[in-house]
Amino acid sequence: MTVAKRVVLHFPPRLVEKPIIYHLVKDHNLVLNILKASVTPKEEGLLVLELSGARKDYDKGIRYLTEAGVRIQSLGQDVIRNEARCTHCGACVAICPTGALALDPTTRRVNFYPDKCTACELCVLACPPRAMEVHF
Amino acid sequence: MTKTIAEINEKIRKGQAVVVTAEEVIDLVKKKGVEKAAQEVDVVTTGTFGPMCSSGAYFNLGHSKPKIKVGGGRAYLNDVPVYTGLAAVDIFLGATALPDDDPRNRVHPGPFNYGGGHVIEELVAGKDVRLAVTAYGTDCYPRKRLETWINIKDMNEAVLFDIRNAYQNYNVAVNLSDRTLYTYMGVLKSNLGNANYSTAGQLSPLFNDPYYKTIGIGTRIFLGGGIGYVAWHGTQHNPSVPRSDNGVPRTGAGTLAVIGDLKQMKPQWLVGTSMLGYGCTLTVGIGVPIPILSEEILRYTTVKDEDIFAPIVDYSEAYPQRSPDILGEVSYGELKSGRIPIQGKEVPTASLSSYPKAVEIANTLKEWIQKGEFLLTDPVAPLPGVEAGITFKPLQERPIEE
Repeated sequence: MTVAKRVVLHFPPRLVEKPIIYHLVKDHNLVLNILKASVTPKEEGLLVLELSGARKDYDKGIRYLTEAGVRIQSLGQDVIRNEARCTHCGACVAICPTGALALDPTTRRVNFYPDKCTACELCVLACPPRAMEVHF
Repeated sequence: MTKTIAEINEKIRKGQAVVVTAEEVIDLVKKKGVEKAAQEVDVVTTGTFGPMCSSGAYFNLGHSKPKIKVGGGRAYLNDVPVYTGLAAVDIFLGATALPDDDPRNRVHPGPFNYGGGHVIEELVAGKDVRLAVTAYGTDCYPRKRLETWINIKDMNEAVLFDIRNAYQNYNVAVNLSDRTLYTYMGVLKSNLGNANYSTAGQLSPLFNDPYYKTIGIGTRIFLGGGIGYVAWHGTQHNPSVPRSDNGVPRTGAGTLAVIGDLKQMKPQWLVGTSMLGYGCTLTVGIGVPIPILSEEILRYTTVKDEDIFAPIVDYSEAYPQRSPDILGEVSYGELKSGRIPIQGKEVPTASLSSYPKAVEIANTLKEWIQKGEFLLTDPVAPLPGVEAGITFKPLQERPIEE
């Protein structure tokens, strides 16, 4: 089984000059696509990656990063809802694969549960008033 | 028991009118009975808030110095083209208009991030927009180019004029094919992945006056957060469809053309909308008051989601090929339960029309009437009803011989 996930990596200053990503790719057989990078010597580095590969390689790669001292954040917590734009129409609820966007049966309002969101981003363009936003 | 609109308006002026929403009236009549409730209730308010593509606005820009003949030239508001085939500085902006350089569906599905509906929302929000004009120049209108910021408050007129809104019933859209469809009914997942519908059901204006006995030309309404009027019947108005015993059409039927001063409307009730892979549009808030002139009119307003049926239509084949085939009928009560059975499969439902916003509109209109700020109008002419014998014509193509 393969996985493809988007993660935010925070590198403490001591790791910025080490070839961490080289080892992530070479030793763990993962494919990566850099979505955003901000690296300045002696300061915290930030890297947003799409990582894909076999499930067990992915898990090992994440373990390697954690053990090396990289702080990993899932992108999940970074899809947010612009409350002022959401009209609570409900177009998103059939699109969201995890139930993070779900209708309250009494009020008919759409509830957003960020803890269930996997940042697949399917809702972002499917939302007619474009209330779902990706924040890095 | 019968009342007149003049009598109801007298009560509104005195702050004594009894107003309930089309949701509240259901339980009220269940409790008190039609006869008693019809004596008590003066007005039932309705509401709907959904994407309505045949929306637009016309503007009079004012004359530049020297003057320019925008009419017959080309003009843009925030890069979105407007219709200029009118007098010198009158333009019309349609909700679905797209910038010339929008990639559309060249990479499918196109995102359609910004179009006419978004320009209308920004204007109503009081934002400056860029006006760009090229014209051919005449003796009396010598100028050929104009680029300027413009604000709605500086225009002579800014008028919302929607030629088809508030559809009385609509299809439930599904997808029988094995690929995802990107439609005006939203994203439809393959193999009956979801079923999308788009009306406010029991709160929707024309479900509560199914034979247009009170709603007519000149009816004052809530439009885009301000006051508007029914201008005419909407395009594709088709009263001659099959109806249930309660008079409610079982498929798309009546529509309204509406008009109102854009300057007094509010951006939260006119929302620029993007339908992935389809285009841009405008989500419009409309609320229509129904004067309770008789028991019969009250009875119509008690219609419930469970008693309103809509056809299920396949958007992979039947809809694009104009085939009349439907996959069945389903009530809004069932649609709102979250799942409906189609061809033996439990299909999750989703709405494009916001029910909570429809409730808010009906309540806002109720407040306006209770406070005496909103009086009802007698229609100056009725909308065409069933007796008009309208037939909904498809386009019959005739080959052009060269």
